[in-house]
Amino acid sequence: MTADAGAGRVSVLRMGEILIAAIQQELTDESALALQSDLTEMAAAGARGVVIEISGVEIVDSFLARVLSEIAAATNMLAGRTVVAGMRPSVAITLVEMGLSLRGLETARSLEDAMALFQGQAGR
Amino acid sequence: MTSVDSDGSGAATVAQVLETRGEQVAQQWADLPLFRNVYTTGRDAAVAAAHRLVQVLAEVARHERLDDTSAPGFERVRPHLAQMVTGRTRSGATLQQITAEVADLKRPVLEIVAREPGGADGAVPLATVELMGTLRVVVMEIALSEGAEIIDRQRQQLLELSTPVIKLWDRVVAVPLIGTLDSARTQVVMETLLQAIVDQNADMAILDITGVPMVDTVVAQYLLKTAMAVRLMGAECVISGIRPQIAQTIVQLGIDLGDISTRATLADALGWALEKAGVSVVVGQG
Amino acid sequence: MSLDEVTRLEIGSDVQIAGARQAVREAAVAAGFSLVEQTKIVTAASELARNTLVHGGGGHMELAVVENSGGRAIRLTFTDDGPGIPDVDAALSDGYSTGNGLGLGLGGARRLVQEFTIDSRPGGGTTVTAVAWSRTAQRVPR
Repeated sequence: MTADAGAGRVSVLRMGEILIAAIQQELTDESALALQSDLTEMAAAGARGVVIEISGVEIVDSFLARVLSEIAAATNMLAGRTVVAGMRPSVAITLVEMGLSLRGLETARSLEDAMALFQGQAGR
Repeated sequence: MTSVDSDGSGAATVAQVLETRGEQVAQQWADLPLFRNVYTTGRDAAVAAAHRLVQVLAEVARHERLDDTSAPGFERVRPHLAQMVTGRTRSGATLQQITAEVADLKRPVLEIVAREPGGADGAVPLATVELMGTLRVVVMEIALSEGAEIIDRQRQQLLELSTPVIKLWDRVVAVPLIGTLDSARTQVVMETLLQAIVDQNADMAILDITGVPMVDTVVAQYLLKTAMAVRLMGAECVISGIRPQIAQTIVQLGIDLGDISTRATLADALGWALEKAGVSVVVGQG
Repeated sequence: MSLDEVTRLEIGSDVQIAGARQAVREAAVAAGFSLVEQTKIVTAASELARNTLVHGGGGHMELAVVENSGGRAIRLTFTDDGPGIPDVDAALSDGYSTGNGLGLGLGGARRLVQEFTIDSRPGGGTTVTAVAWSRTAQRVPR
């Protein structure tokens, strides 16, 4: 299933009970919201976790940061976990400079590390 | 003494001479150290550059005040002057040498002006000297700002050199911070550390502040920012080297380190990291 | 783009917000900004463009590359004819980042640039100007 709205197309894969969304390029606000809606829907339909892989994302502004936080909040309510993986150094620096530390959002260095979190290892 | 540009005749004559004898002046300038040392590929280039400068000076003498260092003509020729200054600086010339070389440009102009009708009249040589003096000030300004840029760049390089990121173990990197932490330094530390996390494929970072003499609210904020950025990337961060006095200060200031791990020494932090990595150290019998 | 040129972009949709980001990124790259500097100014542009659209009802952005003896900078000016901002201080305050604030994105953007001014009157539109200087961009002889 894909979330496709306007310029951005985000493919969502399902590996077992984990949903994986790899954002390959910059998203318009509309496509970010479409992704949020689709992931929430799919999680409610029975997924234990969501991994959002953002190594291809060069800009995370407050809007996208909020979408990511909301996706995490929604999956938490649905008894799952959301992990954001692969954030770039320049993105991390810019977020903390803006004052957005996104505490409460789980992160991982890579998709691989994120999947390991779901395989019974202790969460951070 | 009246200003030469207010009565006009001095400046106008200088402009006239530079306009009509420009080529001659350029030819003489091309042989002087300033142009010769810069335009090493060929004399023609030196002559062309010199002529361009003469034309600018003629323009300034014709339309502007002789003492106006911000005259549009100088702005236009600034990049070329900057190039010359950089060229001379790279060859090891000092600011003093460069301005002396610019001062030397004065002599040929004075001689050529003196040979022109009306050129020996008191106001005219004075106008020439004033104009050439203004050029010298312009070049000095350029040299100083170029110099400031070099110092800036070197300071940046020094910052980077003094912030080495060390790979302590597989997946573990450490930054021993030494000295005071200011805004610029923090930027460099953040960028260097985060990039090292990518390059070394690390997921644990140790920020060691043993060598940081003083921690106040601002410094604590810098440390927190760095730790938060590390976490956003998906790595863990521990701050080590927290001396008892520093721990006390942090508590007294009411600084909340949140859930960022801390350890008293770098060794303790390494122990923490190895444990997380599932590594155990065994002392050999040999 | 070359120096001294001012580019004007309409901000009337989220696609145009993305377009503004792209234009600012291209200008920053061309001006010699470092990667982190690029990221900061593009992110600030995104925040301010969104504010122009969402709270200003749409408007435009002007982008200029500025150079002087101090170095090189990118100047962004966002203008809208919207309802204006009644309390600028509140809009810039940290209440925004917890999600309780007005969500104007202004506070975050301000922290990413070196010069930041807001000119706004209730009912009279808003103009936000942000300037980001580069530490790494070298002055290149024209």
